[in-house]
Amino acid sequence: MTKTTPSRREFLCALGGCAAAATAAGCSDLTHTSWFRSAFRELGDDEKKAIVADLEREHAVKYGKPVKVGTEGPLPDVEFGYALDISRCIGCRRCVYSCVDENNQSRDPQLHWIRVLEMDKEKGIDFAHANAYYEAEKVPRDGHFYLPVACQQCRNAPCVRACPVGATWMEKDGIVVIDYDWCIGCRCCMSACPYGARHFNYGEPHVPPEQLNPDTHYLGNRPRTKGVVEKCTFCIQRVRKGRYPACVEVCPVGARKFGNLLDPDSEVRYVLEHKRVYVLKAELNTRPKFFYFYGL
Amino acid sequence: MLAACGHEHGEARYPGVVKAALQSPGEKIEVPPPPFTEGAFPCSDCHDPSLPVNRERRKLEMAHQEIVLQHDEEHRWCLDCHSAENRDKLHLASGELVDFTESYRLCGQCHGDKHRDWRAGVHGRRIGQWNGHKSYLLCVHCHSSHAPKFEPKPPQPAPVRPEALGRGVVR
Repeated sequence: MTKTTPSRREFLCALGGCAAAATAAGCSDLTHTSWFRSAFRELGDDEKKAIVADLEREHAVKYGKPVKVGTEGPLPDVEFGYALDISRCIGCRRCVYSCVDENNQSRDPQLHWIRVLEMDKEKGIDFAHANAYYEAEKVPRDGHFYLPVACQQCRNAPCVRACPVGATWMEKDGIVVIDYDWCIGCRCCMSACPYGARHFNYGEPHVPPEQLNPDTHYLGNRPRTKGVVEKCTFCIQRVRKGRYPACVEVCPVGARKFGNLLDPDSEVRYVLEHKRVYVLKAELNTRPKFFYFYGL
Repeated sequence: MLAACGHEHGEARYPGVVKAALQSPGEKIEVPPPPFTEGAFPCSDCHDPSLPVNRERRKLEMAHQEIVLQHDEEHRWCLDCHSAENRDKLHLASGELVDFTESYRLCGQCHGDKHRDWRAGVHGRRIGQWNGHKSYLLCVHCHSSHAPKFEPKPPQPAPVRPEALGRGVVR
């Protein structure tokens, strides 16, 4: 932000009528998580600490247990990539619900970051005839294959360009993140995303306190509010500490692979170098870091 | 969670190997103990080495009737994998005896491509860290050695349709 235009903080201060009475310092008494702060990316370490402390206090009161909000940054020389074996996926949706649990998605109204699409083997990958609402006694069903879709973590992400306020961006390790406190809920990113990977909190999200995962990240699975957009972050709270995303570990058929694209010894690199690899809607030039492969 | 065998494959219990990279073929891979049926091992408890071995291919009637072989059953038979000389071991095509903890070497004789991918961490499940300790699982932790094809399983519930959430447009 240039010096000649007022910052959001100054603007809102003026709007609130506190400009005459108080300088920016006066405003700083207000809670950090309210309107009166800078975008996450522009915050200094001290400000981040104060905001996180406020958030942790708020969440602890609301959920009745300690909640950690991490702000771990990207690791050096790391660019995350994901590979999913569509020849193995059986469409059991274990990933969907482990993601909900890990990432504190609203149970009511229901919100899922992963959508498993059932497709006809005869038709191949064909979104027009895909069905996310299949019900079956047992899966896989004959004649079908399954394609789980979540955020494709595009290098050339249409959602990032669509956001009018810069509330979403790609981190250095390749994860596209959202600052929920900066999101204005306009849903431009949702219409820009060709994968339907972004989800809006139409209602007040509800997570039962006993089910809340207290190990959270500011840009990931911390509790959200009504009116903001959210999406898969490769489990930023886990992967920045070296762990695998929750969906990778839960997949009963081992179809999900994750690792560092810059490390030639990583599992994803092995997939890219040895398997037949496919990206969704390649013609849109979004350049996903989420790859589908045929492992059989 | 690791279902089939009922073990917990946490990192603390089974510290796995460190590198994600392809290991040299001779290198031993650290794996959790094989998922034996309780009381089944050591096999020599029942298969007394002093008893004569009946090598004939036949329907089992005295024991192990519960095993239904669905693994190239037209061509395979117990003693193609289990050693008749040492009942507590498996044997390779070469005759080399291998422990049950190294059964992946036996499976890898036919399923070389899977074995190669498994070593690289690409076939099968792994738990741990993408940049550090990982635990491998043996082939038999997920696949029954006698009927390796996965059984279909019930899916988790379908998502609620957006109409039911009170908004009209599917996105």
